[in-house]
Amino acid sequence: MITRQESVIVRTTCGLLAPFIQIFGLYVIVHGHSSPGGGFQGGVILASSFVLLAIGFGPGEVQRRIPRPALLACTCGGVLLYAGIGVACVLLGANFLDYSALPLPDARSLGMLGIEIGVGITVAAAMVSIFHDLITFE
Amino acid sequence: MVWQLDVVLLAFAVTCAAGAVAVRDLLASVILLGAFGLFMCLLWIEMGAVDVAFTEAAVGAGITTVFFVVTVFKTGRTGRKKLRVLPLAATALTGLLLYAGSLDMPPTGDPEAPPSVRVSPRYIERGYAETNVPNMVTAVLADYRSFDTLGEVTVIFTATMAVLLILRRSDDGRPT
Repeated sequence: MITRQESVIVRTTCGLLAPFIQIFGLYVIVHGHSSPGGGFQGGVILASSFVLLAIGFGPGEVQRRIPRPALLACTCGGVLLYAGIGVACVLLGANFLDYSALPLPDARSLGMLGIEIGVGITVAAAMVSIFHDLITFE
Repeated sequence: MVWQLDVVLLAFAVTCAAGAVAVRDLLASVILLGAFGLFMCLLWIEMGAVDVAFTEAAVGAGITTVFFVVTVFKTGRTGRKKLRVLPLAATALTGLLLYAGSLDMPPTGDPEAPPSVRVSPRYIERGYAETNVPNMVTAVLADYRSFDTLGEVTVIFTATMAVLLILRRSDDGRPT
């Protein structure tokens, strides 16, 4: 890998941009109902903010803040959240992933929000995890 | 749809794809692949598939390019000199088969096409009333076809585990 240059400009820009990118990623995840987007796109945008932080501050710093076990837990947790909502529907007496059985107002809309969040968590954690694995591979 | 715009965008996309194959510098190839993703994204927007375009912009033009750039820096920047015949023949054959298959597809926007007369009207007419979600694409992906989407997330999960198992090794060569 090319050696990282200590640059105040790059570091400040990356640090300033990252929170806005993260907010936008979260917006895309939860706003997939009424505008283009969803868990997949939002998760990738969320992950790209961590890639930017790794460029600005070095991969070691990001890895120290987000340890690998946490990334692994998030990758598994998102899928489990998705499948868990499906199993909850089965336990409530409906078909797998039939959200209308959930005891919530506007159940199908909220069920969709739940699985979009699951998709977002898995995709974001998966992308950051792959990026870390690639960049630390010798 | 404006067909002139389609032709221009498709010409740019094909040029980028051909350049990505022809260029020997792998970093240039990766950047051209990202540009190809961008033009495909613009094509999807032009066709009205905004959700697909968003995915293409985020994944195809964005994070994939990042992964490829990191891989190029980790491995090597120069590609093979000569064109290999067998992979070229295999991809050309696949492309021809795909083209032949696409000839049997109904024209874009054909109201008499089988999908347009059966499931699509059902989603359009009753999707919002049933799910209370304005974005029909989300309603189809996350509710009516939720099982498919679960499969897609499982694919992402499996791919991450595969990368983890291949790349994450300690110094003595054993997986960590």
